[in-house]
Amino acid sequence: MSDPRDNVQQEFLAEAQELVEALSRDLLLLDEAYHRDERVEPALINEIFRSVHTLKGIAGMFGYRHVGTVAHALEDLLDDLRLGRAAVGQELLDVLFDSVERFQRLLALDDPQSPGEDASVHEYIAAIRSVGMEPQAEIGDPLDKYNIEAEVLAVLTEYEEHRLRACIREGLLLYRLRAAFDLAAIDDSIESLRDDAQSDAEIITYLPSMEGGNEDTIELVVLLASGVSHEELRTKFESRYGTIEPIEERTHLPTLPPQATSIPAAPPSMRAHTEDESAQASLRSVADSVRVDIRKLDHLMNVVGELALVRSAVNRVVDGLQGDSIYRQSMMDLDRIGRSFERQLSELRTGILDVRMVPLGQVFNKLARIVRQSARDNDKQVRLVVTGADTEVDKLIVEELTDPLMHLVRNAIDHGIEPSSDRELAHKRSEGTLALNAYHKGSNVVIEVEDDGGGMNAHKLRETALARGLLGAEASQELSRQDMLNLVFLPGLSTSKEVTDMSGRGVGMDVVKTNILRMGGMISIASEEEIGTKITITLPITLAIIRTLIVTIASRTFALPITAVREAIPYVPSEVRSIQGREVITVRGETLAICDLARVFGLRGPSEREGSFVVVGSMGNRELGFVVDDLHGQEDVIIKSLGKSLSSVRGFAGATDIGDQKVALVLDAPALFAEYFDGPEIVPTLETRP
Amino acid sequence: MSFHALIVDDSSAVRAFVRASLEDAGFARVQEAETGFEALRLLASNTFDVVIVDVNMPDINGLELLAFMKKSPRQQAARRILISTQVDGPDSKRGLQLGADAFLQKPFEVEQLRSLVRELLEGVEEASS
Repeated sequence: MSDPRDNVQQEFLAEAQELVEALSRDLLLLDEAYHRDERVEPALINEIFRSVHTLKGIAGMFGYRHVGTVAHALEDLLDDLRLGRAAVGQELLDVLFDSVERFQRLLALDDPQSPGEDASVHEYIAAIRSVGMEPQAEIGDPLDKYNIEAEVLAVLTEYEEHRLRACIREGLLLYRLRAAFDLAAIDDSIESLRDDAQSDAEIITYLPSMEGGNEDTIELVVLLASGVSHEELRTKFESRYGTIEPIEERTHLPTLPPQATSIPAAPPSMRAHTEDESAQASLRSVADSVRVDIRKLDHLMNVVGELALVRSAVNRVVDGLQGDSIYRQSMMDLDRIGRSFERQLSELRTGILDVRMVPLGQVFNKLARIVRQSARDNDKQVRLVVTGADTEVDKLIVEELTDPLMHLVRNAIDHGIEPSSDRELAHKRSEGTLALNAYHKGSNVVIEVEDDGGGMNAHKLRETALARGLLGAEASQELSRQDMLNLVFLPGLSTSKEVTDMSGRGVGMDVVKTNILRMGGMISIASEEEIGTKITITLPITLAIIRTLIVTIASRTFALPITAVREAIPYVPSEVRSIQGREVITVRGETLAICDLARVFGLRGPSEREGSFVVVGSMGNRELGFVVDDLHGQEDVIIKSLGKSLSSVRGFAGATDIGDQKVALVLDAPALFAEYFDGPEIVPTLETRP
Repeated sequence: MSFHALIVDDSSAVRAFVRASLEDAGFARVQEAETGFEALRLLASNTFDVVIVDVNMPDINGLELLAFMKKSPRQQAARRILISTQVDGPDSKRGLQLGADAFLQKPFEVEQLRSLVRELLEGVEEASS
């Protein structure tokens, strides 16, 4: 029999990822609180413990041995921390932060049991164990001070009991809140109770009691610790929830508070449901969201694509019958139905695209960790300011963005923001600021990485480019300041005196740019000396579906992404001139380089000049004209991958179905630009393919 | 489907694991609760043959659910399994006093869970519902 775990493996990986992300986020909060000398919320430490604890449990059950071992060691440490047997310190924080990347790597292993990881896992566990514990001496049991019913004490978990003790030690008073809750709406009611309690009380636990409960309502006894007086809590809670009474200290005569036998009246909002509704609601799940494999969404998107093709086929039939009077009425009906179908289809497509969207905050959280790490490694003070973390983009873009953004952030800290001493000399705040901003602009999303560091010296960039032979002496004279700054995107250029291992890592700004262009995006730079640098990235919101211009070249159909197209103009072969071995034409007085795609793909002889149109493409600050035979209008297409065996073929982003059982290759504009301006000619591969 | 089971755990992977383990074997119909509150809702209106509860949950913990079930007339016949990380820890001891029939230590195996449930339900009539 097959292992039932196979089917739920995805569930494990998704939850494990979420837990690691939550861990990372909470650790940053902990780090912040520690460095600001603020009180660390016990709830925060408990959250961190719970993430690791859950991860340990599920890793073991799904055969992720290393993840389980690491989580186990961390869990022990965190348990000590939350139970007050260890204190937060720098060493402990470092060990905890280290875990995030380890977990991510271990979760990505093809073989989660791989013995190759043993050594590094053991080394890390030794580091965890070496973090010093400072057990606090406990004198007497503070619980003895209070008259807490054995019934209550019996249901506390070890952690809750610890919190209860800690609260008593802090001198807080204990209270008991009794309230009846409508079962159908209990989550919301508890949420609001938690919000109300937050500022002046810690909720130790909620005990469901059988008294006064039935199928629709339940009475809870909420155990609270607070520094606030009984009177104050009464005014705050009694009208909204139920009766609140102090738990007596034992030094007073143990007079047990009278048991509340009547059900306190719940506020109307909690009673709003009729019996039927609450019965329904009781079967409803609390979590109103589901997790979906992105491949399932890709599949749905393909189905939408197929439906669009069906719609075009029907259209053609209608067009074919045009003018035939017998079917006139039916044709008009069919046309009307077709339009309504198209509207619904477009709504369906928008709906699916919407589901694929995730907030950029997911990447920003990872970056926050990099900022902290880089700042520490460089011994610089950096404050991270994030805006627009809830801006949504396609899941795939978020994945692809992580590396380029990481590089930009490291660059900003390594080379941009100055050491505190230098900043003070320049009359700047000693703490540098790194801002990550995201916002929507039309159907694009804009992401800015901005620092208030030393900025870039444009002339120095030009000198470096000259010295490295990346730029001709003549061309260098004509550069504007912005042109000089743009040199930073040239392969092989780095202005920093020494390449640090941080942002170095073998990738430069040219790779960042290539990655962004590959996603159909743009990148630009603005920088002022002494003031700072801002890198702006503009990306389409989704990659799943793109608008293209359909063209034919030597009787074959191709799709050119519209983001790369500026305009299309008639092509007159006799007007082509040749400059430095490249073919150019003149458009409104400006020289435009052209690229005959038919020749590039080997569909036409090297000296033949044919074609009727030039599609002017633009990428960043470059322009290139593509010679094509015919234009067939714009179409939204769903790109399908060419598959592994053809992944090395350059110049194509994929293939797409364009109806009538025809397939068009989607041109990869950035690759074509790169091939034309920087690289060798594209290998003529079309002819060898079936 | 024969027996009616409830798994209460805030980890969706654990719930999926338990559901797959018991439903694959054609052994039980499994309902899931992510929080103690959701469990209270289900316990108030359904009868279960076996209830599997994680001890460590936010808000209402597994021990509190056991205490609730002990008093609930509807759940008197239900077998109760407490999931904890330490079978001999203080949480498990309390669980025993609160009427837990068995303990499962996380992480556990598919077969471990199946045989434990089978053992607990031996002699229990299959639910007619």
